Amino acid sequence: MVELFTVGETIRDTKAPGGPIQEQWEARRFGAKLINPANRRKLSVIIVGTGLAGASAAATLGEAGYQVKSFCYQDSPRRAHSIAAQGGINAAKDYRNDGDSIRRLFYDTVKGGDYRSRESNVYRLAEVSSAIIDQCVAQGVPFARDYGGLLDTRSFGGVQVSRTFYARGQTGQQLLLGAYQALERQVAAGTVEVHTRHEMLDLIVIDGKARGIVVRDMVTGALETHVADAVVLASGGYSNVYHLSTNAVGCNTTATWRAHRKGALFANPCFTQIHPTCIPVSGEHQSKLTLMSESLRNDGRIWVPKEAGDGRDPREIPDGDRDYYLERQYPAFGNLVPRDVASRAAKNQCDAGRGVGPGGRGVYLDFADATARLGRAAIEEKYGNLFDMYHKITDEDPYQVPMRIYPAVHYTMGGLWVDYDLESSIPGLFVVGEANFSDHGANRLGASALMQGLADGYFILPNTINDYFVKNPSTEAIDASHPEAVKAVDAVRARINTFLTINGARSVDSFHKELGAIVWEYCGMERNAEGLQHALGLIGALRDEFWTNVKVTGANEELNQTLERAGRVADFFELAELMCIDAFHRLESCGSHFRTESQTDDGEALRVDDDFAYVAAWEFTGDNSPPKLRKESLEYHNVKLTQRSYK
Amino acid sequence: MNVTLRIWRQHDRHAAGRMVSYGVESISPDMSFLEMLDVLNEQLTAAGDDPVAFDNDCREGICGMCSLVINGIAHGPEELTASCQLYMRHFTDGDTIDIEPWRSPSFPILRDLIVDRSAFDRIIQAGGYISAPTGAAPDAAAMLVPKKDADRAFDAATCIGCGACVAACPNGSAMLFTGAKATHLGALPQGQLERNSRALAMVNQHDAEGFGGCTEIGECTAVCPVGIPLDMISRLNGDVLSALRDNTT
Repeated sequence: MVELFTVGETIRDTKAPGGPIQEQWEARRFGAKLINPANRRKLSVIIVGTGLAGASAAATLGEAGYQVKSFCYQDSPRRAHSIAAQGGINAAKDYRNDGDSIRRLFYDTVKGGDYRSRESNVYRLAEVSSAIIDQCVAQGVPFARDYGGLLDTRSFGGVQVSRTFYARGQTGQQLLLGAYQALERQVAAGTVEVHTRHEMLDLIVIDGKARGIVVRDMVTGALETHVADAVVLASGGYSNVYHLSTNAVGCNTTATWRAHRKGALFANPCFTQIHPTCIPVSGEHQSKLTLMSESLRNDGRIWVPKEAGDGRDPREIPDGDRDYYLERQYPAFGNLVPRDVASRAAKNQCDAGRGVGPGGRGVYLDFADATARLGRAAIEEKYGNLFDMYHKITDEDPYQVPMRIYPAVHYTMGGLWVDYDLESSIPGLFVVGEANFSDHGANRLGASALMQGLADGYFILPNTINDYFVKNPSTEAIDASHPEAVKAVDAVRARINTFLTINGARSVDSFHKELGAIVWEYCGMERNAEGLQHALGLIGALRDEFWTNVKVTGANEELNQTLERAGRVADFFELAELMCIDAFHRLESCGSHFRTESQTDDGEALRVDDDFAYVAAWEFTGDNSPPKLRKESLEYHNVKLTQRSYK
Repeated sequence: MNVTLRIWRQHDRHAAGRMVSYGVESISPDMSFLEMLDVLNEQLTAAGDDPVAFDNDCREGICGMCSLVINGIAHGPEELTASCQLYMRHFTDGDTIDIEPWRSPSFPILRDLIVDRSAFDRIIQAGGYISAPTGAAPDAAAMLVPKKDADRAFDAATCIGCGACVAACPNGSAMLFTGAKATHLGALPQGQLERNSRALAMVNQHDAEGFGGCTEIGECTAVCPVGIPLDMISRLNGDVLSALRDNTT
């Protein structure tokens, strides 16, 4: 067998300052060089993506006086997929006097990530969390308030403190609008230029530094070159490699993957989070999956019929014939076990034939007991919007019959490798938000994605990028005529021409669906060596077929959505292979990554710290050459590693 | 179920457009309206024709990207529902369904069912924000906000910026969109200092974009997928009047 990967040099320097962890961020900020406000306007930054991380970074760097160019594929920055986040945003405010603190948020996040994240970054995230809430309130984000006018919080994602700030079930929307408005304010001020309906198709690297991007104007098809003194990727995660996910259908990996091919290390690609409470697939036509907030598990009870194939109306099945399997297997946490545990348990029930609904891929989430206990009005008050959404999509009334739920891909913890400054392995290329790998380890806690996106964009990047500018003054003026820029544009144009001339027999979507099914089956909730190797064979064959048999209609010089999708799916193929290799090499179970070969006697995830307490950062070595593994070893000085247990 | 679609096809901003009929067969009632269009597009691609271009992204009713006039109604026949959350079970086997883009001179058609809504971004640029540069914020608990004000602000802030209000308005007015933003920010104590000037600046930009005046017909709120109420326009008008009065005294 051809070897799947090679092992390269260990990553030694993450730029995290030494000293006590609570003093590191202060030390780094003090150590970072500053730039005179009058000189900032001579420096330019490109930011790709306008979600929480990208919009907050663009607004803040614009306010600081840099020349910012922001890009998004949507028709307005306000539509980035952060808008769809429901639950809330964590912050160590301790307004409830319930024992919360920076240290506790740090500890919960490292533990929740199953000890596969970098201590220094996570501590800093917890440290700046409070300032995010302050900033958002000042912008007019309408967080939930109590009758005294104070900010309300709730407990979320299985933690024991009430640290989650929220705006009904639309926290992401409200936070993004805050950042979007700050961004548009800078557009009016002339510091930020926004290019909507523009998709980044390549990174321009000159003398080893990121100096620009190639974008396609999605309305005219024109290929444009944009150069700057630094490039920031805030282009989100890659859940759509699975085709079906809770992401918006346009979310893609192209910006991060193209940067990876230009030298940026891609870290922990196999760490992908599966959310347990999504609406199940209803048929072949399904184009995306809809998440319902996991707050539903606070009152709903999850069960399946004890008898496989029990086709009775769920209301007719007596308690004795039901298996409340989470309550049975995890008496201490019951229905509130973490996302990965709840997801895998549902899969196991369905695999054993006890699943319900179309194709047997669903389990019941039942509110009958809660309704009897609290009354219908209380359930409506708490979950009304979610029940309505469920009703709209499934045409079933969850007040009358139990909901059906099934896990779906929701978030990707993996992403481009960054150091403490959020700088990738390409100097001058910074990566923020879900696009980087940095803070969530092998599993992300609820309400932490919004926190990280805004921490990166408002507070961390603006304090580290200036240091890069001072230490890396641009010596030559660069424009679109630079040979490296021309080369990048030519390569993009050649690739587009290839898509348009294959003229095969299969649509882009049919390839995407088939690829997604393979990755979901073999690199989804459970993985093993045999399955992953099998998947690599299937993906390789499908990829070859794609490049000879895909059909892309129309031309480049027009609005062409098929062409847009073709480029994204082509990149998903390559990423899917790297995910399988990463999952294959990590012969341990941790967080979202469950290897069937590595489990305890009672079927729980077994982590192997002696062999795998490291970040797996992969280096691209060429199209027909195996990727190179670069390890960053993880050392824990402030938390003690324990095996997670929810029994 | 089988349906006939009559869809607006237009190659680009400058080309002439026309309605074209297509048959789509074996549609499941559990498909979303956009998934039904996906099926049509697979069909067209297989035949070597250009698929129908339409805007969409989150497909869960929150991003505001989808924008179809279905049988003459912006976002189709179901109340409080964006096009992407509309399901085929609301149609009948054998139906003929008309699908058109948002119609407004301020939203030029880019291709087929896709329009340019950048005018909305420019209205926000004109004043749809609270000036709060990163870093200078006081503690979040330092300011009390009465729950009813916070709730009112939230209700206004749920506007998804889709533009259905403009598509539905006989005057082509974007006052519901503008009123929602003025109400969101103007209901909060943080938003008071810029309240009147914000409203005036946004309305001036609204007019400069060519959107029509509001005559309180109410088609906008009837099609709004998140139910922004008409009184948010009254709120906007009040703030504009205050701004004009303050400037003259």
